[in-house]
Amino acid sequence: MNAATRVPSASGRPGFLGEVMDRTPGDNRLDLCIQCGSCGGSCPAGREMEHTPRRLFALIRADEREQVLRSNAPWYCVSCYYCTVRCPQEVHITELMYTLKAMAIEAGLFHDTSLPDFSETFVDYVEKYGRSFELGIATRFNLRHHPLSLTGMAPLGLGMLKRGRMDLTPHKIDNMAQLTAILDKAKALERGLQ
Amino acid sequence: MKALFYPGCSMQKNARPYLDSLQAIREDINLELQEIQDWNCCGATEYMSVHRVAAHALVGRNLALAREQAGDTDLLTAGCSACYLNLAKTDNQMREDAGLKDTVNQALAAGGLEYQPGAMKVRHLLDLVCHDIGYEAVKARVVKPLHGLKVAAYYGCQVVRPDYDGRWDNHEHPTSMDKLLAALGAEPVDWALKTQCCGGHMTVIGPDVAFGLIRRLIHGAQEAGADLVVTLCPMCQLNLDAYQVEMNKHFHTDYRVPVLYFTQLMGLAFGKKAKELGIGKEFVDAAPALSRIQAEAPKVAEAKRKRRPKPGDALPMPGME
Ligand code: SF4
Ligand code: SF4
Ligand code: SF4
Ligand code: SF4
Repeated sequence: MNAATRVPSASGRPGFLGEVMDRTPGDNRLDLCIQCGSCGGSCPAGREMEHTPRRLFALIRADEREQVLRSNAPWYCVSCYYCTVRCPQEVHITELMYTLKAMAIEAGLFHDTSLPDFSETFVDYVEKYGRSFELGIATRFNLRHHPLSLTGMAPLGLGMLKRGRMDLTPHKIDNMAQLTAILDKAKALERGLQ
Repeated sequence: MKALFYPGCSMQKNARPYLDSLQAIREDINLELQEIQDWNCCGATEYMSVHRVAAHALVGRNLALAREQAGDTDLLTAGCSACYLNLAKTDNQMREDAGLKDTVNQALAAGGLEYQPGAMKVRHLLDLVCHDIGYEAVKARVVKPLHGLKVAAYYGCQVVRPDYDGRWDNHEHPTSMDKLLAALGAEPVDWALKTQCCGGHMTVIGPDVAFGLIRRLIHGAQEAGADLVVTLCPMCQLNLDAYQVEMNKHFHTDYRVPVLYFTQLMGLAFGKKAKELGIGKEFVDAAPALSRIQAEAPKVAEAKRKRRPKPGDALPMPGME
């Protein structure tokens, strides 16, 4: 590995802990977690999570790769950053949750496929058009719901259309070639460094 | 004041009233906004969940284009919480992490671009209005003060947290928007939920959870006596407004708390027409609440504002012994 292209910075930590840290951009400080539990106590999604962030981090240290990547916890994270501003060790908790999601997708380990599916659909649109094909953000939200509630949500979609708040066709940016070149290169670098 | 502007996908369509009201008040606050030419979607929280590092290159292109087109300003502003946070995060983490800075720049080079972290100062629109333009400048433009209107300032999560550049007075109970609304003549209510999550991602997992969070916020605002909720984010607005209707169906309740953007209230106080500000496109009709705006400053509200009582406190009643 070329030191100049390291992603993001070599933590020097062994095992799964090192892997998670090295794949999380920024000074993520995961190795400084003191297991105080402030994060779990602050989390609005804590009750739905199979593991609180504190427990997840303990499992990471214990090299429990599969149990961590199978956990629903990162998928229930709403990126509210409560834990992050309250953590006495300034661990980048929310950022680590993103890393765990990406690693779970890669490893094919997640418990409910609709969640990664949604993320990947969104990514596809961005990569094809450079903009999210929103059908208004309403569609984005409707897409997120289970099909049953989708029918229930139809009036909402109609309401958005009526108010001129929803598009029916995607917009495309002008310099799509440039964006594609940038993303391809970034992904190649990311892959080379895993 | 000139700033580069990142509108984001939602402001273009679903949050059009936000964009329209911003355009309507721009000149009053002397804000020149230059849209980044050919910006791309920032990927919300989704791109980063799939491509952890490439997500920063996606945002990096916007930062690089902004720098290239900026000319004599280094300010970059966005109105959407997620858009703002993504721009600020990439800039911050490239500063913090030399490896990331290098990777993003190698990727940008494939498109003939480059970005030096720190070259743009990323600000959420509310931050720019409150802290760069300032309350006095806003107050000076008020021709129709919003006297008699009780408002719950709702900040959501991703603007005041994690707050890389230390722009906010408090991460859980900020007061900037409250002060802005007070400068417009409105009466901000005290409430505890101003930075609690509106459900954002929860809607993925199951509407039940999201509805619970939305109800809590709407109920909290109503309990505190607010006529309406004021927001700074297209997604918060959508969740609290459009989904309030769905939430009512779910719980068999009948909440009707309108949700407007702070720019729309600024526009009203600056004497603009409701239509020009996109008012009327919300799901929960704001008209009944807006009809409470009085020509004269209510004396009681003045006294209350100075005392900053907790909701439920009795008001001082001079001469009533
Ligand atoms: S708050 Fe920080 S230090 Fe405490 S358990 Fe969570 S991550 Fe670890
Ligand atoms: S950012 Fe995620 S993990 Fe942290 S408190 Fe919010 S929901 Fe919980
Ligand atoms: S975060 Fe949402 S609004 Fe902002 S650019 Fe991305 S899709 Fe559009
Ligand atoms: S309050 Fe909701 S929409 Fe707004 S930033 Fe937080 S999660 Fe996103």
